[in-house]
Amino acid sequence: MDKPHPKRKRSRQRRDVALMVTCLADLMRPSVGFSAIRLLERAGCRVTVPEQQTCCGQPAYNSGEVDAAVPVARAVIEAFEPFDYVVVPSGSCAGMLNHHYPALFEGEWHERALALSAKTWELTRFLTEVARLPAPRHKPLESAVTYHDSCAGLRELGVHQQPRQLLQEQCGVQVSELSQNQVCCGFGGTFCARMPDISAKMADDKLDNALATGAAVVAGGDLGCLLHLAGRARRRGLALEFRHVAELLAGDPRGPGIGEGRE
Amino acid sequence: MKLASNEFLQAASAALQEQDKAQRRTIIGQFLPLARDAAASAYGDFDGLRAHMKRVRRHTTAHLSHYLEQFEEAAVQHGNQVHFVANAEQLNSKVLSICQAHSARRVAKGKSMVTEETGLNELLLKAGLDVLETDLGEYIIQQAGETPSHIVGPALHKSLAEIRQLFLDKHKLGDRDLDTVSEVVEEARSVLREKFLAADVGIIGANALIAEHGTSMLVTNEGNGDLCANLPPVLIVCTTFERILPRAEDAMALQRLLVRSATGQPQTCYTSFYTGPRREDDVDGPLETHIILLDNKRSDILASDYSEMLDCIRCGACLNHCPIYIGVGGHAYGWVYPGPMGSVLTPLLNSLEQAHQLPNACTSCGRCAEVCPANIPLPDLLRDLRQDESVQQLKPARWRNGLRLHAWLLRHPALYQSLTGWAMSVLGLLGKRRGTFRRLPFAGSWTGQRDFPAPEGGGTFMRQYAARRRRGGKRG
Repeated sequence: MDKPHPKRKRSRQRRDVALMVTCLADLMRPSVGFSAIRLLERAGCRVTVPEQQTCCGQPAYNSGEVDAAVPVARAVIEAFEPFDYVVVPSGSCAGMLNHHYPALFEGEWHERALALSAKTWELTRFLTEVARLPAPRHKPLESAVTYHDSCAGLRELGVHQQPRQLLQEQCGVQVSELSQNQVCCGFGGTFCARMPDISAKMADDKLDNALATGAAVVAGGDLGCLLHLAGRARRRGLALEFRHVAELLAGDPRGPGIGEGRE
Repeated sequence: MKLASNEFLQAASAALQEQDKAQRRTIIGQFLPLARDAAASAYGDFDGLRAHMKRVRRHTTAHLSHYLEQFEEAAVQHGNQVHFVANAEQLNSKVLSICQAHSARRVAKGKSMVTEETGLNELLLKAGLDVLETDLGEYIIQQAGETPSHIVGPALHKSLAEIRQLFLDKHKLGDRDLDTVSEVVEEARSVLREKFLAADVGIIGANALIAEHGTSMLVTNEGNGDLCANLPPVLIVCTTFERILPRAEDAMALQRLLVRSATGQPQTCYTSFYTGPRREDDVDGPLETHIILLDNKRSDILASDYSEMLDCIRCGACLNHCPIYIGVGGHAYGWVYPGPMGSVLTPLLNSLEQAHQLPNACTSCGRCAEVCPANIPLPDLLRDLRQDESVQQLKPARWRNGLRLHAWLLRHPALYQSLTGWAMSVLGLLGKRRGTFRRLPFAGSWTGQRDFPAPEGGGTFMRQYAARRRRGGKRG
């Protein structure tokens, strides 16, 4: 007990982080996952991507198919509980693990869900509150950037200032704020398909506010919102570029933005 | 009021087409949240007050019959007649029988959402009574033959030009043309003043019932409630039992929460307390007073998982902060109560079958819960209703089956990853040049309004990551 620990220098110890890629990054935008890995490694973490992961189960849960979401949540808990930290590049999926999983269970599984909740972090919160990034190695961004706060990140997790601080420190960018930045963009998971007209109207309000900032890039922390906004912007023929904040922070917006072609 | 909540989607799409009205709603959706935020922060510990009220409500609900008995006893002692009624029909016929007992012909009403809920006006009009709404907003929509679009501002959907035209059509104005807001208001005031003086019965609602004194509290900005209550010889207070609070100071705490949340005012112009009929030494006041306490399924709600909904104080903050309510307006919800609180209440007070679209009119953005002075977890209650919708098999089968199949696939990672790996590679290739799809099979509900962004290319993350690991190359 009294023996000094051989590796006492805690700051040098690498944090064992599991990346929850999220289904949308997995399917639609793998570069978000790779950017997140780069950022976490740069912040001194050892990153593992558990192979058994698929999705957090939110589509079924939010649509009221709660009994179908429960076994999905169990599988996520089993896949991610061996790690010190679980980091998620999405406010809505992190919010699902943080707040909604514990409410799905009683007894032993409730305890396990609580334990997972306690070590699950949204990416930008993790990079500002747990593992800090060193000074950037990449060139500052030249484009003006506006930021869309996704609702779950904003209201369930308090993510607002963290991505702005990181964009400032890592990319030298001062975010041009959206008017009405507390208001939902109309994605809402299956809502956007069940009530497409209302959803499109909400997207239009958000896009009009984005255009009014004069920014060329709309960044955000949730791919659901970004895919919905990008899809609506393309339909309207708007020249806005949509990127997940992890892509910008990793200093690697090499490829086209979301919904942009490669001519 | 006829229930048309299951036509929400069609009504909402039609409402979105009305540019003028949509623009006015947008302004309301910006102004009222600003006013509420300013009032809440000027108060200081507004969240503390919310939490205090929640504790008071929990206590009151746990001892409901005690406080209702205390209220009834005190109210009867002051000379009120107290009636408990089970449903809308009973409330309506009780009011009608009181009117008939006094051979009443003219009824002046203050704003009461409860009587909107029971459809009282329709019944009284059919019985040959002259019923006049005296709240300015209610008066306007009554003249226009419309229903409230907002629980606090019933005529918020109408422009000044529309109201002016309405008065030009309905009032005898001579050569006056009501050019300014104050002329319009003055016109309504002078018409209404006559009606107050001529009314045989006054009907008002209540914002709180104070058990210790048998008193009801009403907040208004126009003072019309006081005129309805004090000028006619008979007063009827129509309300519901969940307005009950133990003490006067609890009603004051509620008033502080209610008004700031509703309009951003520190208090309304009038906060009135009604304790009973005129006493011997009083110079005015009604000669007879009735308090009707409606249940209308509230006992069922109390015993259900939705009991927190009875904490609602009808401030309308959830409406003002809901982007869907602001987008489509109150009428699209198809009944008395719109917005998030209405999307919970309408199915509970009617049936889920008749209103199951409403709980889906929600993105779970959480803004309503953030401002709800009663701390009602509205997004959670709406999600629970969506679960009930699924259990009762009211949801379209293709949605239910699709979601359940998806959830099943998620539990079979190898199959999921191989299917998605293949599908995303194909989609990535097909969409490479344009970057989006204008149309996709099985995705019509997405691509009706938006392009479908093509996957980035190179296959799914899991596939690319596995390939990199196999190559033993540098990750990332």
